Amino acid sequence: MKKIKLSRQSRSDLITYGIILLLSLVLFFVGQSSYQLKGLLVPVCAQIILAVSLNLTVGILGELSLGHAGFMCIGTFVGASFSIYMEQFIHIPALRFFLALLVGALSAGIMGFLIGLPVLRLKGDYLAIVTLAFGEIIKNLINMVYLGYDGNGLHFSMNDTASLGLAEDGVVIIKGPQGVTGTPADSNFGIGVLLVLLTVFIVLNLVHSRDGRAIMAIRDNEIAAESVGIHITKYKLMAFTISAALAGLAGSFYAHNYNNIKASTNNFGYNMSIMILVFVVLGGIGSIRGSVIAATVLYMLPEILRFMSQYRMLVYAIVLIVMMLFTWSPKAQAWKAVQLARCKKKLQPLTDKFRKKSSDELKKEGE
Amino acid sequence: MALLEVQNLGISFGGLRAVDDFHLQVEKGQLYGLIGPNGAGKTTVFNLLTGVYKPGEGIIKLDGEDITGRSNIEINRAGIARTFQNIRLFKDQSVLDNVKIGLHNRFHYSTFEGIFRLPRYRKIEKEMDERAMELLEVFELEKEKDYLASNLPYGKQRKLEIARALATDPKLLLLDEPAAGMNPNETHELMDTIRFIREKFHMTILLIEHDMKLVSGICEELTVLNFGSILCEGETDKVLQDPEVIKAYLGE
Ligand SMILES: Nc1ncnc2c1ncn2[C@@H]1O[C@H](COP(=O)(O)OP(=O)(O)OP(=O)(O)O)[C@@H](O)[C@H]1O
Ligand SMILES: [Mg+2]
Repeated sequence: MKKIKLSRQSRSDLITYGIILLLSLVLFFVGQSSYQLKGLLVPVCAQIILAVSLNLTVGILGELSLGHAGFMCIGTFVGASFSIYMEQFIHIPALRFFLALLVGALSAGIMGFLIGLPVLRLKGDYLAIVTLAFGEIIKNLINMVYLGYDGNGLHFSMNDTASLGLAEDGVVIIKGPQGVTGTPADSNFGIGVLLVLLTVFIVLNLVHSRDGRAIMAIRDNEIAAESVGIHITKYKLMAFTISAALAGLAGSFYAHNYNNIKASTNNFGYNMSIMILVFVVLGGIGSIRGSVIAATVLYMLPEILRFMSQYRMLVYAIVLIVMMLFTWSPKAQAWKAVQLARCKKKLQPLTDKFRKKSSDELKKEGE
Repeated sequence: MALLEVQNLGISFGGLRAVDDFHLQVEKGQLYGLIGPNGAGKTTVFNLLTGVYKPGEGIIKLDGEDITGRSNIEINRAGIARTFQNIRLFKDQSVLDNVKIGLHNRFHYSTFEGIFRLPRYRKIEKEMDERAMELLEVFELEKEKDYLASNLPYGKQRKLEIARALATDPKLLLLDEPAAGMNPNETHELMDTIRFIREKFHMTILLIEHDMKLVSGICEELTVLNFGSILCEGETDKVLQDPEVIKAYLGE
């Protein structure tokens, strides 16, 4: 019999996947309790994906980006338009949805690459400001887009619906500030959980690979990274592009939950970008597991606390502070370490027994 | 032919002539020392050799190949690796990963293979682990492989930096004050280690050092810098007895 030995790293990854499954189960039951909560199940998955993917830029690459919602926005509008237009050609909803997710991720990834190319030369606050601006530019540009189709194919304009010049039977897909209308409702919580798992899988495995180590080397010490021959621009761009593509994936998934979506400030503006950053920071910069938990708790909480009516935001604020302390205060970290050690100690007799038992069984098997 | 050949190297920072008309010839397998008082321009010479700074003038040849003006990444690929006077480790990564980052350009698999853990990922990662462990063993760091680099004691951080530099498989190793901050015991150990890596890897080593015991103990030849210019050069014993050199170190 071969003994399977897990490295510390893969054990930690398994715990993360376990936590995601557990959270999904809890969310599923929470979702049964009210109509409003049920409505949050798809968006919460999108939020988790956004938080995890932003953590790739902020925590793993170590660069502050405030334009993450912009990439989500691209994924949303490209993915939704793709689905609406393709409804006439692709009649298998699952295939069409799969392609729409892919197209959403790809378009955001390409945009991430194009923006990252000039912008990643900047550092720190400067990079934050420029990404913030790009996020806003993307949102505002999308508010000017008119897109429709008829028998002759797609029509595009930056002015108004009339200038699309659609035929009688034409359909308007994107109508400027009124957003995209008619997206098929393909998203559901199950697919959301799968996409969260996929995102976490991609990010964690990237981190534990040759490329991930190079990205973190740049974060830790750029000069030393160059001195061992690591191409700074290449790996910065790689992290930024993958991060943007995953945000696009979240966007496309999110789009297929609503018949109509507008590129408003709350949806895709800097408010949203900062909200995602809050998830990342409070969950622990660089901690993928933390991002998942923080995004889930902080996104669901306002709705769960609705019964407290006017005290709702007060409690929300307290939770934010507690979470911040729990993640970042040195005392809390020491406390966590002690608890972990104590847990291990308590479990020691159990694991010993288990080991003994399994080795006994092995012996028996041998006899 | 010398492994490293430098002629007429110079650089100015504003009005300051940090390095002037510097020349150097290091043979294959040699242990060469670069010494001089504080602020003499030693680290600046290293930064010029490794492409951190572009030389104002001069020629740098490695193994006959002109590498003047190349970027530090290209120079590392050409075969020069270094350590830093103020240690620059990848602090938040494990000791093992620090060395594996040094192996970055020696082992390859694609991003896709990495993310989906295809067979080649497993094979190459295993090879990288083995190679990295070999290097860690040379520096007796194998027990600390899972520690965060920042949690190592100072002396071991210096060793880890050398291991990481060696991981890039260089022809020439530059050590910037490897014994700084070490106690006499550790320094003694370090001297043995430096000799050992020269034997084991057939390495050519150029080092900057203030510890005269180390310098006279292991360096075969020296160049002494003072105010950016060469004060004296030649065999270690002779150079260290040179009255000019003693004056520069001890003052009038
Ligand atoms: N990037 C820079 N810009 C301006 N001046 C610099 C720069 N780098 C080095 N110098 C100056 O060049 C001179 C030589 O510095 P360098 O660090 O090479 O000295 P060193 O010989 O390594 O000294 P130490 O023994 O203290 O390490 C110093 O006067 C320093 O201030
Ligand atoms: Mg120096």
